[in-house]
Amino acid sequence: MVPKSGLIPALSRNGNNAEAFEPGRVHLKTNILEVRTSSLLDTQSASRLLPEGGYPMKIFKVLLPLTAIVLALGLMSGCSSSSTQVVATGQATTTDSSQQMESMNEVDVTEQLNAAFPVTLQTPTGDLVLVDQPTRILSLSPTATEMLFAIGAGDQVIAVDDQSNYPPEAPTSDISGFSPNLEAILALEPDLVVHSYLPEDIEQGLSNVGIPSLTQYAATSLDDTYLQITQLGTATGASAGAESTVQEMQQKIDELMDSVDVPDGSSLTFYHELDPTYFSVTSSTFIGQVYALFGLTNIADEAEGAGSGYPQLSEEYILSQNPDLIFLADTKCCAQNIETVTERNGWNVLSAVIEGKVIELDDDIASRWGPRVVDFLEAIASAVEQMTAVETIG
Amino acid sequence: MDSNKKKEQQEAPAELTSGLVAGASLILLASILASLLFGPVSIRPDRIFLEILNRLPGISLDSGLSTIQEAIVWDVRLPRIILGLIVGGLLAVAGASYQGVFRNPLADPYLLGVAAGAGLGATIAIVSGATNGEGMFDALPIAAFLGSAIAVAITLAVGGAVGRSTSTASLLLAGVAVASLFTAIQTYIQQRESATLRQVYSWILGRLSTSGWDEVLMILPYAGISLIVMFSMKGALDVLAVGEEEALSLGIRPRRVRWIVIGAASLAAASAVAVSGLIAFVGIIVPHAVRLVVGASNRLVVPLSFFIGASFLILTDLLARTLQSPAELPIGVVTAFFGAPFFLFVLRRRSDGII
Repeated sequence: MVPKSGLIPALSRNGNNAEAFEPGRVHLKTNILEVRTSSLLDTQSASRLLPEGGYPMKIFKVLLPLTAIVLALGLMSGCSSSSTQVVATGQATTTDSSQQMESMNEVDVTEQLNAAFPVTLQTPTGDLVLVDQPTRILSLSPTATEMLFAIGAGDQVIAVDDQSNYPPEAPTSDISGFSPNLEAILALEPDLVVHSYLPEDIEQGLSNVGIPSLTQYAATSLDDTYLQITQLGTATGASAGAESTVQEMQQKIDELMDSVDVPDGSSLTFYHELDPTYFSVTSSTFIGQVYALFGLTNIADEAEGAGSGYPQLSEEYILSQNPDLIFLADTKCCAQNIETVTERNGWNVLSAVIEGKVIELDDDIASRWGPRVVDFLEAIASAVEQMTAVETIG
Repeated sequence: MDSNKKKEQQEAPAELTSGLVAGASLILLASILASLLFGPVSIRPDRIFLEILNRLPGISLDSGLSTIQEAIVWDVRLPRIILGLIVGGLLAVAGASYQGVFRNPLADPYLLGVAAGAGLGATIAIVSGATNGEGMFDALPIAAFLGSAIAVAITLAVGGAVGRSTSTASLLLAGVAVASLFTAIQTYIQQRESATLRQVYSWILGRLSTSGWDEVLMILPYAGISLIVMFSMKGALDVLAVGEEEALSLGIRPRRVRWIVIGAASLAAASAVAVSGLIAFVGIIVPHAVRLVVGASNRLVVPLSFFIGASFLILTDLLARTLQSPAELPIGVVTAFFGAPFFLFVLRRRSDGII
């Protein structure tokens, strides 16, 4: 059925996107050797194609010293050798996670194997057809990694990017999710790449080689999160796991919202800190929306005009607003905590500091839109609960 | 350039009159006051004025400011203004000295690898702080200072060893090469640790850090030493500008003067960069603006650049804080936005004469 000659190299030479979307061929188990050679060829032809994209020579001049350093430091990174290790780690942890996995999901995976496929997914970049169930997934988004493992598709994940640190059993690689290397990706021979953003040339490179790439942009609401989890369920054949994950999240969030009694008209204000230079989030962002669920007033919304949803606030503005609650999302990146905030010049007069209403968040949980957003909501809920309790007594 | 300087010196003996110093001090005081009275948070200026009087010894007034407003004025605005004063002054004097010593109007304080070295040091501090979870904001200025000191030391060692005593070209070229190398390493580390990209980027754009008086106390000794040295060398620079032989006949050793001035200016630039990141253009446009008014004599340009540089940075920081209030603009953006057009203007005015 698979014509050897025309397998993939031809596609990469033509750069034909439409034909490239027949990825089922790539991971036919019986053809493993053949696939290996073909993807090697692909790598070479793809890299040969890149310069023709018309990079100006100047870039190479600039890159030359950089390349020398990269080579010199090659021992530290060791691209090719460590990617093999990653595969090995991936397989080792696969058994772990499948043991931990709920039996229901396990049954679902085997039941649905090949049954639901091919599937068509709607992505921001167009429809994506997956002919077979992916078994070698590469996740370049920490949020997608958390989602994949939560829905029980963790054992189909062969590698995740360098920022994906949860769950612990996720097979971390040194591939950067921010500026990934096409060859490093190809060397892993993934049959699905999940990411929240890829540079144009990497996207094109994957498409040339015929590796399906699923884009899931940063969510802007909880509904987006649910949709993305459901979509990953469809893409991996773990629909049941995705459904139960979403249901569980919704149920927990409903319980949280019920437990917190936010009095109407009470305007609790808060400041969410992304780093010690006072970058914050407005209500137009996912994080901001989560706070809005509790009816909290975001002091950063005044700076909405500065664009982007992530303004850098001026310190005296934060002080003058005297927010009721201060949420620190820079406890891991920048080692901030209640003590460091108290020691800041002028901050000791803030009521949130005096009354101990400085909440230390986990940076990762407060910046990803995955299943652990429930933990984020819990932290906010308990802070709000304490505030309203104080108010009632007062 | 030499002939022009000779001409001006013959026309009027360039001495720092008390009138010039008083005028420059007045500009500086006005900038400080404006920055204390106005900001992203509107507090009634008259109350702040009373509050300032209240703090003067022997006067006790009720300013009517709340505790938080007092904290804003004294703990947030004032340290930032003083830091702006020192950094702006250092950058402008370092720029004036570099321009004098290299006899090159394009010389700026970042010339010999200071910026690239500091960038690498800061990036390493941010990256390592991010990975081991230790406080990065204390280590950052030290790392930036060390980075720029190392970069300048390499430049001086290589450029100085290659060049003969009269040549500054080899020093400038060595500076360019060292800067490229350090920038390459910095970019490499930054790309590897993409999670810290925003912090590095925000540092590179320059920022008068707001963690109170720590930074001020930290650079004060270096600022003091480098300023005293540069001020005391301003006359020697004027003699150098006339010519090496004239200098020798007056008992001034050109090579020694050059090394001392370059060392002091690099120390000034490194300490400024360490606490404020890369603030562009202050070191170039301020000395040129001063020259437009008082002439090319270093005896005037070097000290006056301190006052004007300090005022310029204090006022641009006021703009950075208030233009998009309550959000902040990186100060590097503001100085470059005003600096670049002005620089083009200066360039055009001088293209027929000096350059």
